[in-house]
Amino acid sequence: MTALTIDNVSKNFGGVAALSGVSLGIEPGERRVLLGPNGAGKTTLFHTISGNVAPSAGRIALFGDDITRLRPDRRAQLGLARTFQITNLFPRLTVLDSVLLALDGASGGGMRLIHSPSRDRDMDAQARRLLERWGLAEASSRIVRTLSYGEQRQLEIALALAGKPRLLLLDEPTAGLSPAETRRVVAMVHELPRDMTIVMIEHDMDVAFELADRIAVMHLGRLIAEGDQAAIRSNQQVTDIYLGAE
Amino acid sequence: MTARLWSIAGAAAVLVLLVALPAFLREYSVALATKMLIFALFAMSLDLLLGYTGLASLGHAAYFGVAAYTVALLVVRGGVTSGLAFPAALAAAALTGAVFAPLALRARGSYFLMITFALSQVVWSVAFGWRTLTNGDDGIPDVVRPNFGFSLDSTASFYYFTLAVVGIATLALVAIVKSPFGRALRGIRESESRMQALGFDVWRYQYVAFVLSAAFAGVAGALYAYYNHFVGPEYLYVIQSAEALIMVILGGAGTLIGPAIGAGLIVFLEDFISSITQHWVLVLGIIYVLVTLFAPRGLTGLVNDIRRRRSAK
Repeated sequence: MTALTIDNVSKNFGGVAALSGVSLGIEPGERRVLLGPNGAGKTTLFHTISGNVAPSAGRIALFGDDITRLRPDRRAQLGLARTFQITNLFPRLTVLDSVLLALDGASGGGMRLIHSPSRDRDMDAQARRLLERWGLAEASSRIVRTLSYGEQRQLEIALALAGKPRLLLLDEPTAGLSPAETRRVVAMVHELPRDMTIVMIEHDMDVAFELADRIAVMHLGRLIAEGDQAAIRSNQQVTDIYLGAE
Repeated sequence: MTARLWSIAGAAAVLVLLVALPAFLREYSVALATKMLIFALFAMSLDLLLGYTGLASLGHAAYFGVAAYTVALLVVRGGVTSGLAFPAALAAAALTGAVFAPLALRARGSYFLMITFALSQVVWSVAFGWRTLTNGDDGIPDVVRPNFGFSLDSTASFYYFTLAVVGIATLALVAIVKSPFGRALRGIRESESRMQALGFDVWRYQYVAFVLSAAFAGVAGALYAYYNHFVGPEYLYVIQSAEALIMVILGGAGTLIGPAIGAGLIVFLEDFISSITQHWVLVLGIIYVLVTLFAPRGLTGLVNDIRRRRSAK
């Protein structure tokens, strides 16, 4: 069974086709990078996978379950997690509260109006372990808004990982980061359990080639190439797009 | 931990002060303090929606007023003199919230504001227009206070009754705000899409927050009907909703203490200024403009800013 099946997915915004008939199959445990110039439709594709945008046509399945019409929170309950290209955090909450929310969401997102001290202690310890692991332990009581951009990007990833997702979508995790911060994020992704399936949008070629098992290249809403590093490097069409020689 | 000790000590001091109040205030002032408590609860109930969930309602008087009318109708038309009218009023307010919430929650931001406003005006026009039931503009007088084996007719006894009810409601609100549910509401205020991505059914949380908020407003409304021995359509009017919004914003949205202080201040000023001029609403407008210009995060925000600036020096 494939982890993620994207079957002939299209999306039109008014008269503009942001996606035209994209089909992809991602195997469990695979690390897949989506490449493509700005406006290629990569983020729109992510939005259709996570449920933020409904596709105009086509079908999406997560580990065999058809999720095409499911709300984003239902997809999250099925083991899908994502980060956002434009940092999407809780600006006025603390780092610790943000992670606690992620853990609450992962444990079913049920409403708990009453405190349970033992459960609270448990969650607190879990949250601190998670922050420790992602190098944010010292920032735990800080307000998210006051974090550096690099720290905020790290927190994005930490939140997505809190629920131990089966499929993780990373939308440009290294965009705007310093080389040192980029290396840290790459190391973070390397350390993730191998059975976690990861789909990643990435503009940095070095990062893409280092992390990807396979690469898919998009251009103007279409999938134009798919394959391993060597295949992509030698693909004439891809070279043309990236060198702008069309 | 010391900060926590301070806030416990502060709360204890306030409680002692509130309990001792009737001993050294004139009857008129005790009545005014009762009104402050009622509106503190009303403002806190709105803050659950505005400050914690991030939904600005301009129709909160609907739930306040529905509860007040429920009490008045049960007492005057139904002859219910027991305390039973109280839970009935709470239920009526919650039910109104439960029916209005799905309509209002289709929108966000200023559209949410307009829908809640429109819905509350519908309730107002019913109270205003259905003369045979509500006496329309004349309102319903002679709303007798309940008797729980002891009389609530004296100003001091009703003050203590109000203090007890508002106190219990406040404890409930504090528990809600501090619970994982309350944390989720704050998360929704900060980013709905992020909360969805984390697996939260955002709509359901907003719905429950809306109904809870309406129920707490209903407690305040029921108290106010007994307090005045009277209800009238102005309880449901947009001015009442706007006043509650200004109480929350003046005190500082997103804290419970802020709106309570804001409510106390507005009630006090209204009483004070009304004795000088008839143009209270004009003054209210000026207060609103000044707060938005100079203390957009309310008095609690202002105090925090000053404290931070001091510690930065």
